[in-house]
Amino acid sequence: MKYAFSTGAELVRLCENEKLTIAEVMIRHQLEIDERTREELENEMFDNLMTMQRSIRIGFEENQETMTGNAGDNAEKLLAFAERSNMGYDMARICAAALAVTEVNASMGKIVAAPTAGASGVLPAVLVMCSEKRGFTDKDLVNGLFAAGAVGIIIAKNASISGAAGGCQAEVGSASAMAAAALAELCGASPRAALDAAAIALKNILGLVCDPVAGLVECPCIKRNAMGAANAVLCADMALAGITSIIPFDEVVSAMRSVGRMMSSDLRETAKGGLAVTPTGLEIARRIHIDG
Amino acid sequence: MKEFSVFDIIGPRMVGPSSSHTAGAVKIGLVAHRLLNGERPKEVLLTLYGSFAETGFGHGTDRALLAGVLGVAPDDSRVRFSLLLAKSENITVEVKKGGEEMDHPNTARIFVRTENGRTFTVVGRSVGGGNIEIVEINDMEVSFTGDYPTLIAFYADVPGIISKVTAILAFEGINVAFMKVFRSAKRSDACMVIETDAQVPKSCLSLIRNEVDGIEEMCTI
Repeated sequence: MKYAFSTGAELVRLCENEKLTIAEVMIRHQLEIDERTREELENEMFDNLMTMQRSIRIGFEENQETMTGNAGDNAEKLLAFAERSNMGYDMARICAAALAVTEVNASMGKIVAAPTAGASGVLPAVLVMCSEKRGFTDKDLVNGLFAAGAVGIIIAKNASISGAAGGCQAEVGSASAMAAAALAELCGASPRAALDAAAIALKNILGLVCDPVAGLVECPCIKRNAMGAANAVLCADMALAGITSIIPFDEVVSAMRSVGRMMSSDLRETAKGGLAVTPTGLEIARRIHIDG
Repeated sequence: MKEFSVFDIIGPRMVGPSSSHTAGAVKIGLVAHRLLNGERPKEVLLTLYGSFAETGFGHGTDRALLAGVLGVAPDDSRVRFSLLLAKSENITVEVKKGGEEMDHPNTARIFVRTENGRTFTVVGRSVGGGNIEIVEINDMEVSFTGDYPTLIAFYADVPGIISKVTAILAFEGINVAFMKVFRSAKRSDACMVIETDAQVPKSCLSLIRNEVDGIEEMCTI
């Protein structure tokens, strides 16, 4: 298979030798393993984009009723505050969109796992909200999703994208790295610089544990998605400004894997450590499990 | 190393909040839906074990399993409203927590009584990322994932039945990816699970039904 890649180095080599974007290599590789035509693959990804856009809109417009009742209107609150935001109007809206999607997810609404349901807010928030300012077309955004997928595949192959295996660094960390690379590429970064954006994003979230209160994808997951989105935009900007990652992407991924292995299973989605066992966390768990 | 599809990473489109506790649960329910073979369910009893029992309420696992039984797909927004759907169709639904320890923490047992009084049970586990494994049908140990089109046949355990079924599949040009046979005891009830590359067409199913003696029940998933 001409366009197969397992590491960031292989992906960059393919892009540079063939003068292709990460998105284009991803599409060509998918054509090698998928029976569908290019148009069908692009349509499938377009359907994902439409679902992402809809989940942002629903999260913004409707007050979500999450399973614990502890969240659901955070997106509207931050959106309303955007004009006064210290991090700026655009960034506030991006973070609000990440809250929106994750709140929709927590209330049994429809989302796109990217790479997981728990981290589903980061990628749509970054790509869709930045398209307002940058004027990305749907075609651009579909390419962005393919580029993000390439980064996710490398992480999944060499580390993990599951909280149960690698903690939150593997979920929101991976999503943030994927979004950073995709945004950088859409803004004209070279494949090498896009992977630098991904590397920096992953480094910033390295070691983050998965400690969901009551075992639910709600607290702290929803707010961590907003953080993951902000981090992705920051890291894409750093790469576009010419800042490189001192530790190469592949080495960061392998560090993430080893950190995940060192992490106690209490901190990997089992709700036996971290925030899940704080007095308040335990009280919420007790309340829900009695009601249930 | 597994060859990942880009849609394993960006996707699936699904109703949240959890791929294992929600999307996987819908898929287990869908297996029960296929076993209905077009009949309407009258009574559904869901038993949740392990982590499904612990956090199932907050993840909507009960609603997800029921949605599947009603034929609602994991990416259908109606998953959330499956209890209402069942009520509107006069289906009795009971959800309980199972006390016993199961091999896998995310396990569910689905019991269904159809409008015609037929009953069956399915036991499935959600093994992560929305992937499932069915481990029991009608008290018989089985094992399949639902990733491939699957033909399930219950039959009397006498020599020759397996070869007749596979001969018909071969004649129809359907390639078998995996095949397993199970039985409760020698010369008693048996079950074959055939995972194929292509969907087994209805015409082929009726051919098997007409040509092979001893097939008691059959469905595709």
